[in-house]
Amino acid sequence: MKTSLLFDFNVDKAAKTVFVTREFNAGLSLVWDAFTKQEILDKWWAPKPYASKTKVMDFKVGGRRFYAMVSPDGQEFWSVQKYTSISPKTNFRMLNAFADKDEKPDLPGSDWDITFSEQNGITKVSIVIKNESLARMEKMIEMGFREGFSSCLQQMEDLLSTK
Amino acid sequence: MKTRRDVFQAIADPTRRAILLLIAAQAMTPNAIAEEFNSSRQAVSKHIQILTECELVKQEQKGREIYYHINAPKMNEVDKWIEKFRTILETQFNQLDKVLLTMKKNKK
Repeated sequence: MKTSLLFDFNVDKAAKTVFVTREFNAGLSLVWDAFTKQEILDKWWAPKPYASKTKVMDFKVGGRRFYAMVSPDGQEFWSVQKYTSISPKTNFRMLNAFADKDEKPDLPGSDWDITFSEQNGITKVSIVIKNESLARMEKMIEMGFREGFSSCLQQMEDLLSTK
Repeated sequence: MKTRRDVFQAIADPTRRAILLLIAAQAMTPNAIAEEFNSSRQAVSKHIQILTECELVKQEQKGREIYYHINAPKMNEVDKWIEKFRTILETQFNQLDKVLLTMKKNKK
């Protein structure tokens, strides 16, 4: 199913910029909703076994999403995403930063520019991420994501093989 | 204030990238490095200091001279970081595939 879908990942180390392109086997409206609606985001944003829990989400320019990645033992790691521009079903940009539980961000954070386009029922999502830092990634690893991935992939494989 | 420097910050500057390329080939003294650039000795020395703080460059005393050479394990760290970031995104997107599939089914 997913073998034919494009996943492209490139890094310009010097410019601190990551380019990601991924195709999804769904129409533009669905994919746009999946990236911009709280209840859908919470279903996929956190790599398992983490869960995504959105406390506040106001998808409009100047609005924000304040959410936590919750570990299996209940530890909460908060982040805040501020929406800086929105062109419906085409593009949106946000500033992404870790935060404390009182929503105080750990600046500067990174800038995400996400573009959507559909062709023949396949939606392509292109993401340009600027200023993602090594320090930020170290924090994610600290949160135990490394262990998370392998178990997640296993879960997926199990699920697919039972179908 | 955070004083710790970011590896990405270190390689964001063209002069610092040029220094890394130079000393990747062979260990060099600060004077020999400075001779390769048009900028002042002080400016080059500042760049070397930043690279050292990020542990991308190591110094070694040989007799009277200090030699700078590249710290390969630290350079690999950047690549490891990139690989981990890729894995996180891949995992998220694989989860999204599942969510989209369910959404499409529910629509019908």
